[in-house]
Amino acid sequence: MDAIGFKFILFMITALVVIVSSVLMATRKNPIHSALWMIVTFFAMAVIYLLLNAQFIAVAQVMVYAGAIMMLILFVIMMVNMDKGDEKKTTKAPWSFGKKMAAALLMVILLVELLFGALFYRMTARVGDYPADAVAAVGNAKTVGALLYGQYLFPFEVASILLLIGIVGAVVIAKRNK
Amino acid sequence: MFQEIPSGLCLVLSGIIFSIGAIGAITRRNVIVIFMCIELMLNAVNLAFIASGNAFSSMDGAVFVFFIMTVAAVEAAVGLAIFVMVFRLQGTVNADEVNLLKG
Repeated sequence: MDAIGFKFILFMITALVVIVSSVLMATRKNPIHSALWMIVTFFAMAVIYLLLNAQFIAVAQVMVYAGAIMMLILFVIMMVNMDKGDEKKTTKAPWSFGKKMAAALLMVILLVELLFGALFYRMTARVGDYPADAVAAVGNAKTVGALLYGQYLFPFEVASILLLIGIVGAVVIAKRNK
Repeated sequence: MFQEIPSGLCLVLSGIIFSIGAIGAITRRNVIVIFMCIELMLNAVNLAFIASGNAFSSMDGAVFVFFIMTVAAVEAAVGLAIFVMVFRLQGTVNADEVNLLKG
């Protein structure tokens, strides 16, 4: 098998894994099962990022999403009592047939629109200064780092303040009142 | 060198994942699952950014994804703190049962 086919086949398999695991994530009744399928989705997305020459983002995906965010979500799922949030035992009436059909129609329209845009819209842009070979020669993380601390320094600083506010806000909100 | 994956395929995959996330966010009632569906939609957008950045041999896609990840992390911390608080006050995480603002 030649190298061209290998990358494409790997992409197709990973894309299938992403779609199947995200459908399972959205449909499982048990939130913990949802969270575990979400982790599978995130890892498969990291593989796709690797195939698209974004090594730094792939590692950040595994560390931030699959590591930090999903761990936080699993903690909260285990902290709150899920029996009381059960979707079956709700006091509200389930959706009527017409409402379900309207939602399904809306979603089909959304999907068709997105696919139409993805397949038929010809993107035109100036080709950038970072072809894959040149980036690979320097190193992907090094290139991203040079951009973050150079051209995007101000947004980077704003992001750090945002993270600080997030930490303080989470502690303030979740603090148990005496 | 390996041949690149056509960017159209990545955008199609991104659209499919976004739709799955949107369907989940609308139909589910558990706020934590809704939150995970929103994370999935954010991931679909990240994939679109990376795919276009790769297609145009630009690094801006990766930088934008970095910032989106930052915002997603902050959102996760604050959002989950709010869910814990709502659970303490209301005793439920079902989105239909939460009616704190109702008089």
